[in-house]
Amino acid sequence: MTQEQDIREGVDRETVETVQNMGSYKYGWETEIEMEYAPKGISEEIVRLISAKNNEPEWMLEWRLEAYRRWVEMEMPDWALLKLPEIDYQDLYYYARPKSMATKPKSLEEVDPKLLATYEKLGIPLKEQMILAGVEGAENIDLSNRQVAVDAVFDSVSVGTTFKEKLAEAGVIFCSISEAIKEHPELVKQYLGTVVPQTDNFFATLNCAVFSDGSFVYVPPGTRCPMELSTYFRINAENTGQFERTLIICDKGAYVSYLEGCTAPKRDTAQLHAAVVEIVIMEDAEVKYSTVQNWFPGDEDGKGGIYNFVTKRADCRGARAKVMWTQVETGSAITWKYPSCILRGDESQGEFYSIAIANNFQQADTGTKMVHLGKNTRSRIVSKGISAGQAQNTYRGLVSMHPRAKNSRNYTQCDSLLIGDKCGAHTVPYIEVKNNSSRVEHEATTSKVDDDQLFYCRARGVGEEEAVALVVNGFCREVLQALPMEFAMEAQSLVAISLEGSVG
Amino acid sequence: MAAKEEAVAARLAGLTAGPGLAGPRAEARARLEVMGLPGRRDEYWRWTDPAALNGATPAAAKAAEDDEAPLFDALDRLKIVFVDGVFDAAASDDLTLAGVEIARLADKIPAWAEALYGTLEAAGQNPVKRPFAALNTAQATDGVLIRVTAKAEKPINLIYVHKSETSDPILHHLVHLEPGAELTLLETGPAGARFNKVMEVDVGSGASFHHIRAQGPDSECRAVTHIFARVAEKALFKSFTLTVNGALTRNEAVIEIIGNDAVAHVAGAALGDGATGPFLHDDTVFVTHQGLRCESRQVFKKVLKHGAIGTFQGKILVKPGAQKTDGYQISQSLLLDDDSQFLAKPELEIYADDVKCSHGSTTGAIDETALFYLRSRGVPEEEAKGLLVLSFLADAIDEIEDAGLKEDIVARLETWLARHRD
Repeated sequence: MTQEQDIREGVDRETVETVQNMGSYKYGWETEIEMEYAPKGISEEIVRLISAKNNEPEWMLEWRLEAYRRWVEMEMPDWALLKLPEIDYQDLYYYARPKSMATKPKSLEEVDPKLLATYEKLGIPLKEQMILAGVEGAENIDLSNRQVAVDAVFDSVSVGTTFKEKLAEAGVIFCSISEAIKEHPELVKQYLGTVVPQTDNFFATLNCAVFSDGSFVYVPPGTRCPMELSTYFRINAENTGQFERTLIICDKGAYVSYLEGCTAPKRDTAQLHAAVVEIVIMEDAEVKYSTVQNWFPGDEDGKGGIYNFVTKRADCRGARAKVMWTQVETGSAITWKYPSCILRGDESQGEFYSIAIANNFQQADTGTKMVHLGKNTRSRIVSKGISAGQAQNTYRGLVSMHPRAKNSRNYTQCDSLLIGDKCGAHTVPYIEVKNNSSRVEHEATTSKVDDDQLFYCRARGVGEEEAVALVVNGFCREVLQALPMEFAMEAQSLVAISLEGSVG
Repeated sequence: MAAKEEAVAARLAGLTAGPGLAGPRAEARARLEVMGLPGRRDEYWRWTDPAALNGATPAAAKAAEDDEAPLFDALDRLKIVFVDGVFDAAASDDLTLAGVEIARLADKIPAWAEALYGTLEAAGQNPVKRPFAALNTAQATDGVLIRVTAKAEKPINLIYVHKSETSDPILHHLVHLEPGAELTLLETGPAGARFNKVMEVDVGSGASFHHIRAQGPDSECRAVTHIFARVAEKALFKSFTLTVNGALTRNEAVIEIIGNDAVAHVAGAALGDGATGPFLHDDTVFVTHQGLRCESRQVFKKVLKHGAIGTFQGKILVKPGAQKTDGYQISQSLLLDDDSQFLAKPELEIYADDVKCSHGSTTGAIDETALFYLRSRGVPEEEAKGLLVLSFLADAIDEIEDAGLKEDIVARLETWLARHRD
């Protein structure tokens, strides 16, 4: 049968290819590269070692140690609807870097070709002439103004950052956080830990102690960042935890759109990832933060996968500040993630769009917090949860209207879709309203894939899995539309891949 | 002794349990000792401080001067009166009714009640602990034991009277409906300075149980009440609660739908005016679906002003295999001024795919457009607000099936609104 015959009327080639490719996890391969590890386990010594490896100033080490001492006293939270396995924090590596990164390469040309090849294989453009990759059909799109600057993090270190000069011309600082600690200590000192304090929660505190790298962004007042910024996280080494820390500061009247992607090799043993993202948004500034989280989800029997414990928070400090979180969560064996908005400035706005897909034995407990402190603040939450196989998927969120947040508004919509009778879909919203000029509305529904819709597709010759993918894509449309183009296309095919094997 | 057990012992000191039921009472006490008394750190007490319920003695609460005619007075009903938790034989009717066997916990306990006592409460302790219910089972001094064998001739009205400023009654009622039986149970009045009540309701297949309760109007009283219901095949369970005033009211409903094609509705309307004393009203509802094709509804509305606080914690749990479940839950509050608060946690936990479950929750002020509309047609402002409040509460009140009972409840609401105009 020729390719042409294969493509039926009404089904575009992309859909068919997507379904044909619905094999396994695409990014499950491993890069063979010589690594250098810190000894296994966590202790003050390890914290000192990580700090020394990054050549950090004394104040940074002190900050880490303070966090570490607190963390030792803390207990792992158990309130999420997750069956958490015992995690032995002494049985993993907290620092792993490719040997070739021992002396930091001055430019991308000096970076180990193996590392560059890794990112090329992942479709991440580390050469500036490669404008956009990882997007099928990209060649048909006018890309003249779709450049993306990338910070690539490999296990514990940042491999390189592209377009630094071009961004510098605009006054935008985009570099790894280890570099920022050295080059821009005043900015880091001023903002680090002010959105997610060292004492915030078990995983954030752990991150404060042992974070090894991550991205740093500063957009100066009145600047529209000339291109999208993105960080790509890759876990490669075995038994290694990744603890990255991202700090984004968007000064008065500035704008930046930020993309985050992540993958890891297929392994039998689970791996820990505990990240922190802090975003500071000043008066009239706007940040869009989009994530496609595609960590290895574990195999069909629930073996392996990434345990993803992430603290993400944006602080709208000035009037009319605006933040938009968009996330597509398809990977990870366990997801524990609540990107939040603190709407401190009057008339500030927070938005949260989420698609969370859990298949096989995946467990996701994710949602957002909208804390309304300023007057006339607005927030909107659209969450689409999809459960298949034996997976459990929970939306957990908070909407809080403080007494002085007069005339504020929230609208929340959480929809869950169940595919199969072995999975679970749950909704746990917290709503706290402490003034009467604000309006809060929450709606949630749970349903299964509509039989009529499936029948319609099937009657037109669409295969069953394909039909489910179509219906699910329709279910997610509102969120997919909120994503930047590059991600929207990737996310759409991911939705199909993640549900592979969930029908019949 | 562990700190938890010490706290429990201190709480129970001075309480004297009613006679009999040594086994279930000891088991309940053991449950309580394992759970301990609740604190603000407990997930289900994050918005309601249990301190006033944890103290060994209740805070003094005056009985309100009540010149209203007793609720449901015009209705032909069987009255059972408790004054500060003590059975008042003189004020009560003779405990005989066609289709029903009535006994008291403080009397000779029938075998069916021995078997049921504490079992639904114990089952309802998982996954959320309810320490005050275990305390009740261990310590209850009295209660009414109702076995319904056919259609009850008329409604039974439990009438509570509050006279003593320091009364601390603990009552435990059992209701057992045989297959096909029918009963309407009414509960009215404030029962004491601090009231702890548990009602276990076992609704047999095809039976129907209607429960209408009016709490208040004393503004200084505190109450913690639990309904544990087990609903069998094709049975109907409906419970409506009106709450006006009350320093602290925590009403928990734990409904387990075990049979197929059963229906369970729980509804509540609460009116709180902080000007006449603190008002905190907490509805904590947990509906579990185990049967096929069952329907559940939770409809809760609160109208709050002058610093009144309303809380709703509701859950629909659909167990694996409970296909074709239709679950609905709505919690809404109307904040009449800027000092009041509404705190809500409407939860869904679903383990079956062929279900239709939804929930909604809204909070806001009175609709200015609607108010303007009424004003422009010559309706005085306070009256217009009253109309809008009543229309806001309508969905909850509509859960009362009997038109006469509904009318009585609406009349009670209107009186309250008239008395609490700003």
